[in-house]
Amino acid sequence: MGVEAPGAAPEPILVVRNLHKSFGSLEVLRGITNHVQQGEVVVIIGPSGSGKSTFLRCLNLLEQPSSGEVWFAGQRVNDHPAHLNRLRAEMGMVFQRFNLFPHLTVIRNITLAPEKVLGLPKEEAQERALALLERVGLRDKAASYPDELSGGQQQRVAIARALAMRPKVMLFDEPTSALDPEMIGEVLDVMRALAQEGMTMVVVTHEMGFAREVGDRVLFMDDGQIVEENTPARLFGAPQQERTRAFLSKVLSL
Amino acid sequence: MDFSWPLIWQSLPVLLSGAWMTVKLTTLAVGMGFIIGTFAGLGRIAHSPLWRGVASVYVDFIRGTPLLVQIFLVYMGLPQIIGRPIDPYLAGVAALSINSGAYVAEIVRAGIQSVDRGQMEAARSLGLSYGGAMRFIILPQAFKRIIPPLGNEFIAMLKDSSLVSAISLEELLRKGQLIIGRTLRPFEILITVALIYLVMTLAISRLVAWSERRLKVQQRL
Ligand SMILES: Nc1ncnc2c1ncn2[C@@H]1O[C@H](COP(=O)(O)OP(=O)(O)O)[C@@H](O)[C@H]1O
Ligand SMILES: [Mg+2]
Repeated sequence: MGVEAPGAAPEPILVVRNLHKSFGSLEVLRGITNHVQQGEVVVIIGPSGSGKSTFLRCLNLLEQPSSGEVWFAGQRVNDHPAHLNRLRAEMGMVFQRFNLFPHLTVIRNITLAPEKVLGLPKEEAQERALALLERVGLRDKAASYPDELSGGQQQRVAIARALAMRPKVMLFDEPTSALDPEMIGEVLDVMRALAQEGMTMVVVTHEMGFAREVGDRVLFMDDGQIVEENTPARLFGAPQQERTRAFLSKVLSL
Repeated sequence: MDFSWPLIWQSLPVLLSGAWMTVKLTTLAVGMGFIIGTFAGLGRIAHSPLWRGVASVYVDFIRGTPLLVQIFLVYMGLPQIIGRPIDPYLAGVAALSINSGAYVAEIVRAGIQSVDRGQMEAARSLGLSYGGAMRFIILPQAFKRIIPPLGNEFIAMLKDSSLVSAISLEELLRKGQLIIGRTLRPFEILITVALIYLVMTLAISRLVAWSERRLKVQQRL
């Protein structure tokens, strides 16, 4: 870690340089470069199939990038499988379809990784889990199994599970897309609170209201590239690119 | 009609002792096969080409050759290599276990692959290693689903274990053969042997069906 010059911008927590990803002959990410600052909430929007999920999954190396660099907390993540698990543990991920572990109780879903990966004693992991469940409003569901919860509740547990690792960054891949409309609010509330507490977040979402209200910066992705990025007010208010305008007019008129 | 009921009653104790041996052999074989099969099944889907290769050769060899040949290979072939005879019980258990392992491997592999991909991804995203994710997340879910096919493997093995009669291991069929040798009454004895097998396989398939229903009810797959 270098000494920061006075007044210099803090080192970004995530740096992506010229990231490419292909599946066979299909080039899904075509050169993505971006920085995420500590505490920043970056929202990614874009049409389906534009590579948003693949981009997120390259950040925590669920997909191995074909080329380019991913830096996380000052360390190069890709090409260094040695600390890969430790680094992954510091990036929480929330999935569209929750992916809770169906054979484990809610609390075990949350305590497993802190115990097995961080080596936390059982009691401490439990305490941590209960505090997180309290925070997402589900303390009374600790002993339930995932299939006994509603979609919105499952997603809140999934967020608690990720937070139990005390991640430096949280990645959200369309966390409300699989939810019934009446449950979207409860999940967005949890995410909003998280953002207010200063969590660094990268959020793929179609919730334009959330993007506008909570996002510090919005990236519009299309065809494997970042077409345009700006503050929510500017990107939604005065999109510069034709493709952005076309996309926004489609989703906002819905 | 030349048929003797008393002979059946007289042979029953001996045949049942053979049936007990058959159950022991089968349980041991499928139990060991489960351990071998879990590793071989993991090997079949491993990233490492070496593990995949070893597991594939094993599974293909066992599934592609007759069990009787495998039994002879262990009982008669192996002593030539190691330079001393092998106890038929040990040879029988070993051959049946190795055979069962290959079939269980395919069951385990299918079970693992039936677990949603998102489970592995969620586990890895939390920092669990591949092995940790398998152990704590994937295998527990896969094992629940493979209980019914494993029950079917048990039934198949129960029947196939009759082949170890060929190395004079005194399980159900072999006991029958010995009685036939003394009494020269093959029909009564063989039909009794067959019916004992039938009772055992029916009982197990009931158990399998029951566990299948329970799993569906419990549904936490
Ligand atoms: N594992 C994969 N193998 C092959 N193609 C994939 C894979 N994952 C994603 N893709 C393809 O990459 C493209 C982008 O997918 P994705 O990143 O999921 O887009 P988005 O999340 O923006 O909808 C799609 O065409 C998709 O079919
Ligand atoms: Mg997606």
